[in-house]
Amino acid sequence: MKLEKNYFADVRNDDLTEIGQARPRSDVPGHVSGKTVYFADRHIPGTLHLKMVRSPHHHARIRSIDLSDAERHPGVARILTAKDVPQNLYTILILIQVGPEDEYVLAQDKVRWKGEAVVAVLADSERAAAEAAAKVKVDYEVLPAVLDMEEALKPGAPTVNELHPGNYYLYDSGDHRKVRFGDAEKGLVEADFVLEQTYRSSPIEHAPTETTGCLVVPEGNDRFTCYTNTQAMFFTLDNASIILQMPGHKLHMVGGTVGGGFGGKVDVTVEPVAILAAKLTGRPVSFIYSREEEMQISSPRAAETITLKDGVMKDGRIVARKVTGYTDAGAYSRHSPYGAQKGAAHYPGPYTIPNVWIDTYCVYTNRTPSSAMRGFGVTIADFALEVQMDKLARLIGMDPLEFRFINAYRDGDMKAHRQPTEGAALIECMQEASRLADWPVAERFMKMSSYKQEA
Amino acid sequence: MPKVPIQLVLNGEERAEFVDSGATLLKVIRDKLGDTSPKGGCHQGTCGACSVEIDGELKLSCLVLAETCGGADVSTVSSLSSDGVLHPLQRAFMENFAAQCGFCTPGMIMAAKSLLDRIPDPTRDDVIEAISGNICRCTGYEPIIQAILTAARANSLTAA
Amino acid sequence: MAIRHGRGVAAINYPTGMNLGGDPSQALVHSTPTGNFMVTLSSVDLGQGLKQIMAQICAETIGVSTEQVIVDTADTDTGPHCMGTFASRGTHRIGNAVIQAANEARQVMLEVAAEALEVDASDLDTDGKGNIQVKGAPQKSVSIFDTALMAHFKYGRSISGRGMFLVPRSFPETETGAMKPSTCYAHACTVADVEVDDETGEVTVTSVKNVFEIGRALNPKMVEQQLVGGSWMGISHTLYETTEPYYPAREHGATDFNQYLMPGPGDLADTEIVVLERPAADGPYGAKGPGEMCANPQIPAVANAIFDAIGVRIDTLPITPERILRALKAQAGEAPR
Repeated sequence: MKLEKNYFADVRNDDLTEIGQARPRSDVPGHVSGKTVYFADRHIPGTLHLKMVRSPHHHARIRSIDLSDAERHPGVARILTAKDVPQNLYTILILIQVGPEDEYVLAQDKVRWKGEAVVAVLADSERAAAEAAAKVKVDYEVLPAVLDMEEALKPGAPTVNELHPGNYYLYDSGDHRKVRFGDAEKGLVEADFVLEQTYRSSPIEHAPTETTGCLVVPEGNDRFTCYTNTQAMFFTLDNASIILQMPGHKLHMVGGTVGGGFGGKVDVTVEPVAILAAKLTGRPVSFIYSREEEMQISSPRAAETITLKDGVMKDGRIVARKVTGYTDAGAYSRHSPYGAQKGAAHYPGPYTIPNVWIDTYCVYTNRTPSSAMRGFGVTIADFALEVQMDKLARLIGMDPLEFRFINAYRDGDMKAHRQPTEGAALIECMQEASRLADWPVAERFMKMSSYKQEA
Repeated sequence: MPKVPIQLVLNGEERAEFVDSGATLLKVIRDKLGDTSPKGGCHQGTCGACSVEIDGELKLSCLVLAETCGGADVSTVSSLSSDGVLHPLQRAFMENFAAQCGFCTPGMIMAAKSLLDRIPDPTRDDVIEAISGNICRCTGYEPIIQAILTAARANSLTAA
Repeated sequence: MAIRHGRGVAAINYPTGMNLGGDPSQALVHSTPTGNFMVTLSSVDLGQGLKQIMAQICAETIGVSTEQVIVDTADTDTGPHCMGTFASRGTHRIGNAVIQAANEARQVMLEVAAEALEVDASDLDTDGKGNIQVKGAPQKSVSIFDTALMAHFKYGRSISGRGMFLVPRSFPETETGAMKPSTCYAHACTVADVEVDDETGEVTVTSVKNVFEIGRALNPKMVEQQLVGGSWMGISHTLYETTEPYYPAREHGATDFNQYLMPGPGDLADTEIVVLERPAADGPYGAKGPGEMCANPQIPAVANAIFDAIGVRIDTLPITPERILRALKAQAGEAPR
């Protein structure tokens, strides 16, 4: 890696003593010697192991649950179902008023995705828990499922979640978040060329080397210490407090070094049920996802479908951009309504376009609930935007890098969401990339600057 | 569950323990013998975080039954440093910033140690092959490859 | 049948912190009796090195060495609230809270030293070597060690500070979408070179050249760690990753690392990285969040390079050999027209 200090040297003070120095990481001696403590590096005698019984169907009604064989299995201490959870209905961002509560800690009446948690089995060993879980009998009435966003939005589609009629997230602006800037329709009419293209993506797993999990220890004073690898200690504490209807002071979350997160450990999926189990049994409880659960049960990056319709002039100016983005939340919200909204804020990308029209939808299907992942709301948007930029450049016979210089945002430019651009540096990144990759562009582009242009 | 008595050497120390029949060596090292340096990243032999040496051979301890290890000489990354002095591989991982979350690091270093024991002056391809059973999601592998090559060079300088 | 070469470019920006703000983080800083400093947080270190960076930020602000700063974090009994580690917010949000707390602690420290030296606190500065001295008269000085001792045992002062950073929540206007999503943006431009085997559909990313603008590289080696790892993840997303390879069928979803595909150590692109620094007006020492942004530009850059190589577009991720072969087949079918 090279720090290229000659860019922006006039706005930077480089005489700091601790900042800007490649100091060795204080945690790495622990990593290389195996002494760093991760949440699961605690062995507490008497710990119960939690194994989740999960839905084998994309969508089904639960007719009945028969625990009798499982309860008789040697080593089983307790089995939990929906009725054991004090406030079973939750949603993670309710604390910042992003509702409604729409997901069940343990499935109640229905399952809405293949893998949904239905029954939690607690036993003396992982093996006993797994064996007993296999003996839980759930009688399902399979319901029609919808696994495609476009299908889900059609009239008459199966309702994924009764709390989201029409299978979309209801923003204050309706079934989608919108951004309106200038007159996109007029811009498209006046453009020399119009290009409409659709881009798609698939769910992606975070795949941290350490799987999601927690270890809960009753402190004997009606307080519970929860060793967890959550990425957000208070998301976990506050949501657990609501779900368990326990005052927050009864809960003590302890994190530490996490074995990779990438957004996969921002949901609150293991701690509340494990704390509940510890409370009901008075014993330490361990709930750690298997690798299979991490891969197929933990929420992935959402699948997205994005349609871009751009108007471009022969001289390279993009004069209008219409964006329709769909984010597949799966069966429950988690962080996907937030992600779809983040997408709306991100378009039209780092370019100054006078006429912009954006609609982003968060759609419910019977897929695994999606949630946060490194860059979500933006990562797939950037794929669509930047492939579209390449196509537009080729459409008008222009070099793709030069085409980006023509449209790049600079300080003071008004963005579609009506904030003036500040601290832009796209042009300088492209100038350096031109040099680094030996991708020549016209001299006038190499002389450009992101700084506010004097009139 | 029936308990099985086993005796083995862990990191140079004789240990005896009653273990569950069917328990993996990984679980026994971590839960019974108190060395949590090998990590359980998948418990199915696909991530390498649990790598240890058994009688000098690199093994995935999540796929080895503890009861088959009677009399074995087992070493984990904990055996590499003594009296606070780190192994050249451990130093190289630090100096090359080859660890981020650190969860794969103990297994990665054991795989690298096993390589350097066999091939003291490995090529880049040797290194790649040696760590190809170890998953890292943070680093993009390049700093790890560089750390192992650096440690090999440091070793050969010491030997010369 | 041939190996075809192609090159593509992509340029992006990325917001720092939670979209629309409203995501607070707090920090507490106090000195020990011997002049070491504790930073108390509830933030989580995911492996990116949050603790190390917070130590460097606190040290710079107070005027001590990084080794003298200990970070105690991720405990809800001791640490004040933090929204969490996500949305490229850790360095920016928590770093700002640490600066505020450290400045308050530094002020008390200087007041104690001023009392001991019988001067005005505003005339004092730290020397970066563990001492507090009178500006322009460095011979008149007292060590931070002695200052902390005196604060505790002679003057009864707590050298401590509180920090809180909150970007106020923005609510999008219903009809226009007018909003303030973020206060600062990181930037990147990536050029990717690929080889595509038009017989097997296999793509080899031979090189990626990434330019990242991240405000300020607070610790350049740690920045490099994230950027190199992120660049790898971007390529991985482009070519390999999906939990549903045969969507909508779920039967073949990966359940382990043999089935969930990612580039191994033998599949690495030659990776070059250049970092530019345009300090953010509200960033801690100018820093923005590079953690998520660094994995984004490779995806379109590689996709564009694949088109450059074979002349067909794959607009669905991941760009697998199967999709490439189908696209090539479709193109061949159209060719005679």
